[in-house]
Amino acid sequence: MQSLSEIDTTSKRASKAAGYSWGVSEEIGKAIRSLELFGLPGVTNLNLYLKKIKKNHPKKISKIDEENKSQELCPIYCGVAFLDQCIELEKLKNIKFYNVNYPLLILPFISKSSEISGKKILIRFDNTSFLTNFNKSILLKNIDEQICHLTSEIRIEFLENKNSFPEQDWKELYKLSEETFVEETDSLRSKGAGAGLTDND
Amino acid sequence: MKLSRLGSFHQSKLSFLRSFIREFKDWDYKRNLFDLDENGYGTAIYSFSKNQRSYSLVCFAQHINSDERSDRVIATKWDAAFVLHDGIPNKEDIKRLKENVPKQEVGRVSCKELALSRANKSVRAFDHVVDSLSLGRQPDKKLLNKVGYLYRTTAVYGSGKFGLADRFRIKDRKEIYGPFRLEMMLVYIVRQFTFDQVNHIAKSKSPDKAIELDLNIARNLGIGNSTGLGMAPFIVNHPTLLHNWIYCREKALKEIRSLEEVDNNELNFFKDCLIKSKVSINSWITDSKYQNNKINSLKEGLIKFDKFLKNECSIKQKYLWNKIYTWAENNLEDECLEYIVSMMMEPYDDIIDPLVNNMSSEEEEYFTIPTHKKVSDLKKIIENNYKSIIKIDFNLKDSNFNFWFISKNKEEPRVASRYEEHGAKLEQPLAIARDIKKLYEKIIKEKQTKTIAEFLLKNDEVRHVVRRAFIVDQFPYSEIQDNTISASLVPIDMLRLKLSFFGAVKFDPRSDKWLRINMYQGAPLSHEMKNSNDTWVYNVVN
Repeated sequence: MQSLSEIDTTSKRASKAAGYSWGVSEEIGKAIRSLELFGLPGVTNLNLYLKKIKKNHPKKISKIDEENKSQELCPIYCGVAFLDQCIELEKLKNIKFYNVNYPLLILPFISKSSEISGKKILIRFDNTSFLTNFNKSILLKNIDEQICHLTSEIRIEFLENKNSFPEQDWKELYKLSEETFVEETDSLRSKGAGAGLTDND
Repeated sequence: MKLSRLGSFHQSKLSFLRSFIREFKDWDYKRNLFDLDENGYGTAIYSFSKNQRSYSLVCFAQHINSDERSDRVIATKWDAAFVLHDGIPNKEDIKRLKENVPKQEVGRVSCKELALSRANKSVRAFDHVVDSLSLGRQPDKKLLNKVGYLYRTTAVYGSGKFGLADRFRIKDRKEIYGPFRLEMMLVYIVRQFTFDQVNHIAKSKSPDKAIELDLNIARNLGIGNSTGLGMAPFIVNHPTLLHNWIYCREKALKEIRSLEEVDNNELNFFKDCLIKSKVSINSWITDSKYQNNKINSLKEGLIKFDKFLKNECSIKQKYLWNKIYTWAENNLEDECLEYIVSMMMEPYDDIIDPLVNNMSSEEEEYFTIPTHKKVSDLKKIIENNYKSIIKIDFNLKDSNFNFWFISKNKEEPRVASRYEEHGAKLEQPLAIARDIKKLYEKIIKEKQTKTIAEFLLKNDEVRHVVRRAFIVDQFPYSEIQDNTISASLVPIDMLRLKLSFFGAVKFDPRSDKWLRINMYQGAPLSHEMKNSNDTWVYNVVN
């Protein structure tokens, strides 16, 4: 199983390789770590999205309004901009983004914004709703029916620690992250490295 | 602080090796399994336990050929591999670990494991000890003093690497509040394993004649370590942690300098540590011209200091430590000044002990950029905290000479000249001084009333240093006040800074990019921990 630290580092490097700046890539690393910690498929969504934009990097969002339309919006640029401006954006009450790719990727930024603004933030797309609670938890789906008067059964199960993503997604994301590494020539190997060449002393 | 000063730090009472022993001295130490063959190959398990908690070191020793023995990170086999397991491992755990731990970076461990390491024998010392013991005599102390250890570790990994437990899983355990405490535990037990292994091989070789390694000789041996550039980016990538380490050192110094009265016991304790420590300085052997110059400056400084101490210092003087520090600052070079600072901490458990638990950091808490602040705030922060950095001219070739990168072969940090080697396009974000200057040049042209959020919308390429600048504003010691890509960069200064906080001694640079060190030399042996005192580091004998 991959540790959250590995997920953070590999997501950061892969995002840099896909064209984001180091500063934004750092945000992405933390965001994917947070999604995975909440049990949501961050690695898989990021892997698919980075593959999609590898050759055609998305446009940045220049301003957030009540309604944000574009042919396709980047969930990461929207998320980072939302996070940066969340205190100001609170005044708008309702904000809509149209045509957002891989919308789950915006969620950790909204969740973090909930913590910064001290407000619960509700985010809905398609048939899914997420209630972000100050970045402490995320309540999924059916939130309109949250009061249940009687249930016939409650099941509790301790789950084994395992990745929430298929091995293939990890391999692909990892391979992309390797594009931030430098292939070593003989010269780099002898000049750039630490430690000795012979250690039988 | 400048890198040259940080690269002159020495071990002290704050060092992590020493705080590990203080914390774990009353834990129960046990050798749970020792299943080695006559050549010393096999599995061994050691544990520390207290109340319901146990930590176990699982050791795997194997045969390797001499052409496979390398301290470089490109090695694929080692004389021994180690993993620190959370609890007591069961048979299935041991089987799983045996399949993975000897492979190190290409194996996988689980969140039940806390630290991973490997080590190679110092062949000349190890073979000599085994041969001597099997012939019924103790090894040559001169040779052992020259080497200082039987094994060198070549990497110690923790915090989520290769599937190890993430720090958040265990960070609330009181016994590991100090930084790198589990890594220090791993290295400490490895040292004991090396003694047990030589005794075992000697006995197997010559059951009737063999004797055990003399305890005084064993105590005088530590564990070596070869450290390359992998460690250097750590102190750039963990700014709040770096701050806490240096802040605690500075806070200790300030409190000691503020003492109005110094009693005879305290001054004598200081003098005693100083005298004993000279034995260690005199056995500090290196071929490095750079380090020999520093050692000579330390020795010359100590001669001057001895005269000053004898002729001009007395407990009758108020604020004696302040007088000593002020004199040292004005009369000694960095290497000796920092040495005296370390010694000044020795008599003061009451000042040092509370600081040790403040040396970790919850880094995530400081990750978010305060984007509601104004560009004028950021400008002020940079002008206050990066005074010398923003004066650097990065158009000069020498200022922009090196680049840091991650090698594809072993995923390890490296540094090379951007004018001589390829790969600068894939530069890692470790050129903080250059990027801060770039940020500064941008913000002085911006409307000062803009918020940082507005500024970042169009300037995300400097986002990583905007974050740092706001961290520095809260943590003044979090940044190395130097250019980490200049032609005059001495990367081993970055390594030494970190290693001195670990508590390493005998820094032995093998180039400007890697060095060997010794850890736990003079430390109590496992069975002696309970009754040990904290000044063991000065027990080294020639």
